Amino acid sequence: MSVLTIEGVWKHFRGNSVLRGIDLEVAPHEVVSLIGASGSGKSTLLRCINLLETVDDGAIYLDGDEITDPRVDADQVRKRLGMVFQAFNLFPHMTVLDNVTLAPRQVHGVAKAQAEEQAHELLKRFGLADKARAYPDQLSGGQQQRVAIIRALATQPRLMLLDEVTSALDPQLVVEVLGIIRELKESGMTMILTTHEMSFCRDISDTVCFLDGGVLLEKGPPEKIFSEPEHPRTREFLRSVLESGRF
Amino acid sequence: MSEWVKSERQVERERVRRSHGRRSASIATASTVVFLVLVVWGVTSSPGWPAVRRTFFDGEQFVAAIPDVLSGFVLNIKIFLIAEVLVLVIGLLVALARGITAPAFFPIRMLATLYTDVFRGVPTILVIYLIGFGLPALRLQGIPTDLATLGIIALTLSYGAYVAEVFRAGIESVHPSQIAAARSLGLSHAKTMRFVVVPQATRRVIPPLLNDFASLQKDSALVATIGPLEALRQAQIHSAQSFNYTPYLVAALLFILLTIPMARFTDHLAARTRRRRGA
Repeated sequence: MSVLTIEGVWKHFRGNSVLRGIDLEVAPHEVVSLIGASGSGKSTLLRCINLLETVDDGAIYLDGDEITDPRVDADQVRKRLGMVFQAFNLFPHMTVLDNVTLAPRQVHGVAKAQAEEQAHELLKRFGLADKARAYPDQLSGGQQQRVAIIRALATQPRLMLLDEVTSALDPQLVVEVLGIIRELKESGMTMILTTHEMSFCRDISDTVCFLDGGVLLEKGPPEKIFSEPEHPRTREFLRSVLESGRF
Repeated sequence: MSEWVKSERQVERERVRRSHGRRSASIATASTVVFLVLVVWGVTSSPGWPAVRRTFFDGEQFVAAIPDVLSGFVLNIKIFLIAEVLVLVIGLLVALARGITAPAFFPIRMLATLYTDVFRGVPTILVIYLIGFGLPALRLQGIPTDLATLGIIALTLSYGAYVAEVFRAGIESVHPSQIAAARSLGLSHAKTMRFVVVPQATRRVIPPLLNDFASLQKDSALVATIGPLEALRQAQIHSAQSFNYTPYLVAALLFILLTIPMARFTDHLAARTRRRRGA
């Protein structure tokens, strides 16, 4: 059974249709990338999945349960999802350790000692063992984003949503964040990510979706999308990405 | 790498800077002296000055009033310290109540809005009159009749409304992405407020909060209007006996002595916040 099913999802903002009937299936352990120009609806789709936005039509199912039903408790849904943002959104008044243990302790009822032990383990695994007591503003951008990923990971989510997690980083810092995501894929994490890093996207994705004007125009394995895209809009987008040197 | 030897050019530069610095300092001193002389001369040469000096700056009266006004001032300190704690609690609760969207809490939200609207609109001295004279007149059981306590209640009601708005501004200044991050981790609205929003908001509002507290400390003198023997009331009693206003000067100085350290502390905190944000 698929982890996530999206059926005909629409979203409007002030009379503007940002998502126009999106359909998508995500299988267990699958990594799905959403590509497309800014404003194509990639980020909005991610925000709809973890219910930060309410859909205006269609439905989203997580493990077969409809989560877009208004009777569903959004907090219960978000417990099963991990989200990482472009601007990290770490809590600046908390240490790295407190950032990572907040949700396990306050949402999942894990005891403090156990939550901290797990946090230390994750920090060690991702090369941040010595940063547990640091505050976010004492870290580099790449380190902050790695902490944000660990924070989302600490609750052992069913599905990770990564929203342009490298867009705010200097090129040399991008590498360390991409490394983490690769490791997540190897550990079998199911992920949906939006990205402008095309070579990385090609490398890591099982499925690539091209969004244009809120429509999912084309979907397929990366070799196909990047080598022989069917749709002229996809070709155009990939050409402009190539010309801007982002490939 | 070679050692740095200060170049001729840099030596000359520093000499010029020093001479500029000396010139600025002497200009500042001169202009301050001229200003003070003008002010003192202006006041003391006014036709009423001898009379003013007798009624406001009488050394004997000053010394005689100190013990009573000082003991009254202790009551001021008690009043505003208790009021400040209560104001913090009420201000935060009201600010949080105004942010609750759950329908069951609609009346509470409405009440909180009404409270801030009313008590920010009514002059503090009127609130003190209404509470000081109106509350005991109800003759309800358990209602305090002690004048200082009634004054504390009135000040708390009045300043609670201001501080609630300060807290609300602080809460609203926390970026929505922080709330999105907390909610996406599964935290409820209440826990998002408690662990993410309020701690950040509180740090940000400390300088404006202390500003309101300085104001509250001064306004503790308004409680004199309903009668407890605090500093202003003591000064009134003294001056009524001697037809001399110098005791008021004693009270004023005591308030200043308390407010100045508070103001410097506020500046210090504000500067620290600026430095942190810059970092």
